[in-house]
Amino acid sequence: MADLRCDVGGIRAPNPFWLASAPPTDKEYNVRRALEAGWGGVVWKTLGEDPPVVNVSSRYGAVSHNGQRMAGFNNIELITDRPLATNIAEIKRIKRDFPDRAIVVSLMVPCVEESWRAILPIVEDTGCDGIELNFGCPHGMSERNMGSAVGQVPEYVEMVTRWCKQNTRMPVIVKLTPNITNILHPARAAWKGGADAVSLINTIQSVVAVDLDAMTPLPSVDGQGTHGGYCGPAVKPIALRMLGDIARDPTMRGLPISGMGGVSSWRDAAEFIAMGASGVQVCTAAMHHGFRIVSEMIDGLNNWMDAKGYADIASFRGLANRNYVQWGDLNLNFHTIAHIDQDLCISCGKCHVACEDTSHQSIAKLPGRRYEVIDEECVGCNLCAHVCPVDDCITMVPQPATQERMVWRQHPNHPENAAVVAPEAAI
Amino acid sequence: MDGDRIRGGRLDQCGYAVAFSDAHPALTPTQARVEAERCYYCYDAPCIEACPTGIDIPGFIARIADGNLRGSAETILRSNIFGGSCARVCPTEILCEQACVRTAQENKPVVIGALQRHATDWQMRTGSQPFRRAPTTGRRVAVVGAGPAGLACAHRLAMHGHEVVVFEAKAKGGGLNEYGIAAYKLPDEFAQRELEFILGVGGIEVRHGQKLGEQVTLAALRAEYDAVFLGVGQGAVRALSLPAAGASAAGDAASLAGVLDAVDFIRALRQAEDKATVPVGDRVVVIGGGNTAVDAAMQAKRLGAAEVTIAYRRGPEHMSATGFEQDWARTSNIRIRYWSVPIALHGADGTVTGIEFETAGGARELEPADMVLKAVGQLFDPEPFGEILAISGGRIAVDSEGRTSLPMVYAGGDCTAGNDLTVVAVAEGRDAAEAIHRALTNAPATLPADATTAAPRPVRGMEKMANG
Ligand SMILES: Cc1cc2nc3c(=O)[nH]c(=O)nc-3n(C[C@H](O)[C@H](O)[C@H](O)COP(=O)(O)OP(=O)(O)OC[C@H]3O[C@@H](n4cnc5c(N)ncnc54)[C@H](O)[C@@H]3O)c2cc1C
Ligand SMILES: Cc1cc2nc3c(=O)[nH]c(=O)nc-3n(C[C@H](O)[C@H](O)[C@H](O)COP(=O)(O)O)c2cc1C
Ligand code: SF4
Ligand code: SF4
Ligand code: SF4
Repeated sequence: MADLRCDVGGIRAPNPFWLASAPPTDKEYNVRRALEAGWGGVVWKTLGEDPPVVNVSSRYGAVSHNGQRMAGFNNIELITDRPLATNIAEIKRIKRDFPDRAIVVSLMVPCVEESWRAILPIVEDTGCDGIELNFGCPHGMSERNMGSAVGQVPEYVEMVTRWCKQNTRMPVIVKLTPNITNILHPARAAWKGGADAVSLINTIQSVVAVDLDAMTPLPSVDGQGTHGGYCGPAVKPIALRMLGDIARDPTMRGLPISGMGGVSSWRDAAEFIAMGASGVQVCTAAMHHGFRIVSEMIDGLNNWMDAKGYADIASFRGLANRNYVQWGDLNLNFHTIAHIDQDLCISCGKCHVACEDTSHQSIAKLPGRRYEVIDEECVGCNLCAHVCPVDDCITMVPQPATQERMVWRQHPNHPENAAVVAPEAAI
Repeated sequence: MDGDRIRGGRLDQCGYAVAFSDAHPALTPTQARVEAERCYYCYDAPCIEACPTGIDIPGFIARIADGNLRGSAETILRSNIFGGSCARVCPTEILCEQACVRTAQENKPVVIGALQRHATDWQMRTGSQPFRRAPTTGRRVAVVGAGPAGLACAHRLAMHGHEVVVFEAKAKGGGLNEYGIAAYKLPDEFAQRELEFILGVGGIEVRHGQKLGEQVTLAALRAEYDAVFLGVGQGAVRALSLPAAGASAAGDAASLAGVLDAVDFIRALRQAEDKATVPVGDRVVVIGGGNTAVDAAMQAKRLGAAEVTIAYRRGPEHMSATGFEQDWARTSNIRIRYWSVPIALHGADGTVTGIEFETAGGARELEPADMVLKAVGQLFDPEPFGEILAISGGRIAVDSEGRTSLPMVYAGGDCTAGNDLTVVAVAEGRDAAEAIHRALTNAPATLPADATTAAPRPVRGMEKMANG
């Protein structure tokens, strides 16, 4: 039995699966059910100043792909629409009843120090374990100069983070928006402002679909739509990239990260941790399946860690991040080739047509619907292995190294190398 | 000997309704979408090759998954205008679904037939026609027989703008779709509804009560029309002459009451408005090993026969009924006895009482029966053509274009050599129509691009199966 305990910037939890600040953590009723189901922690649905915001009716959109419902999920909801005092009282009761769990409170108030100084003691009084600054909400709040409107300006991120650190003893997590060109800038600002951790990603600005009968973007509110925030399995690759970039940045060494964006299973969580996260947060998967999925997540992570011999989270945290490099550091002399297991092949022809039409014409179609890789032509792009519907039928086989490792900077085609070669050649 | 062992009214009305309702109900829209998404959209898909009419199967299935049922139906019907009945009657387990790569992968093919039905049902529900006729050519073609072969030929000729007159002996069109296929495969008057749909393209006149060799002659048709297509099926049945034996069986076994040809039994059942009026025995023995034998047995059982036995002279592997049909029979509580060669019929008072078999070891066994159905094969009756048309292997001889030995006379379907399946008859009728069209106009082999509102796709031809 592996030790699943996690620590994100001094906030401790019995396991790394936290519910992200969203409808699942909206009120005492849900949170109690979640913690009873075994979630390691919750980040309470973002609190704001009174009077509370109002939400529209019709709030979510989703992308179903090939039978996979909610492959991507989008919402146009705002922060909590309940009075501050109600939330505060509930948080207090929850923390009292679940002292071992991480109870973090998400906050979003106007970008003036007064507002922050006013709300922090109220929150601190609940006994919660920390706060998360919502600098990410990409819709509704950003138009009011909050949420991602702050998160997109590194100077504001640093400033608000500093106000919070100066006005509370609680650990401060800064939640980053992905709606920005370079995630490192707001992350570094948070680090400079004294953040105890960053969390990412918040949702991505999106229009999820169009109703072709009504001719409205979805979700539709009385015949009109607006952009929302995109999340769910579809955004995981984007989250992993941003997380990886922050985790490997030498200027932020030691900054704990709470990873999220499409985490739906223990495997996703393990990938986030391997890329450098100290723990993960989950929203869409819980909204899709209910709170009990955490038991599969805990069980799966535990069994995998036991099988791999990882005693605790720290033993594998960031291991993949070490191998996350710039393109220019990749070995240009590495070569891998597709191999088809003819016993498994069912002759669907998909590898052939994919390679023939869109790659390197390296899979021959022989009589009797036999498909064979032409080794000399294969560039090792992996396309065929991705399209093959049969598990393990096409494997990519690394070829024995015939030449020294060489990166782009060393390659003769690199402009700087060419510049040296060209004049000599001209002589 | 009580006289009404063979009788109708064995079930209540509800019982008949259940017994003869759709054997394989339609997919729901959700089932269809989930199933359509199982299709890999194969390149050079083996299922297409296995379909005698060469339907673009991945193409029509992808259109179902896309929510484009109109395009899906049109893709099917363009290759096979009987797509609706084929979806219900094709032995897919030896055709497209056997070839489906998912059969190789997990022994669970994409259910192509059921998806085909989903799309074609949509088309028929709309009541609209997917195809437009080309401008009339002024050419006239006679088609003999309103079965799948004749109508597939007629439809394709009409689309090319030719005028078609179909000469049909019977009062109803549809051929064996109307008179032969098991009732639970084509319930709810499907054959007639499909016929109406097919004729809806226009340019086809069907004349009933016109039997070639009686009301019309081939010579007259050749004189009046630019071309003739023969799609007359197989009218005759192979004889099974068995001696009569037993106490008071007088003379001729064939005249024993309770001994019938299976196709006659099925025809009567298909045509009965009220299935309760169709008489069936208590103990029914069906002789034969093909799908007709299975169909007859299944329908006897559904009429309420207590015990139904199929007796086949050889082993399971030799039966021409597919494994799927054999299993279906067994799970319907039908006994199949193999290695049972019929030797003699037993009777009393002019009524059959049993049938005697010689078993594998040479032993004789008497199987009691009050009804015996003979399903030992249909035959082509060359009578009306024998003199003038070349016959080969007992059927009309044709070349790969469907041409008979007479100029501008074509033939296809069960009256020519090859697999006796609806889908094969359709392919042959369609391909003969293309050949006739080419001969009449020197036109290219494919449909004109403006035949439909959608983008044209080439029509896959099909080599004639094993010619005699
Ligand atoms: C009992 C039974 C069950 C079957 N079940 C299946 C099944 O489940 N699946 C499957 O794929 N196939 C099945 N078949 C085979 C299938 O029905 C035939 O292959 C198909 O109907 C052949 O079509 P056709 O147009 O060639 O002939 P037919 O369907 O026989 O049509 C011939 C038409 O020509 C008419 N005709 C005949 N002689 C003349 C004449 N002299 N003048 C004018 N008109 C004439 C007939 O009345 C008929 O309308 C079954 C066959 C039988 C007998
Ligand atoms: C293998 C690959 C290579 C791509 N290369 C380029 C490129 O060179 N230039 C470009 O503008 N976009 C490139 N794109 C992005 C695509 O043009 C497109 O914007 C993107 O894939 C989103 O469309 P999709 O969701 O339909 O794939 C590439 C996409 C793929 C999958
Ligand atoms: S790896 Fe790429 S190039 Fe090689 S065979 Fe597969 S698809 Fe073709
Ligand atoms: S994609 Fe896979 S199963 Fe299909 S032909 Fe290629 S190797 Fe065979
Ligand atoms: S073989 Fe099966 S999976 Fe492939 S295209 Fe045909 S139906 Fe689809």
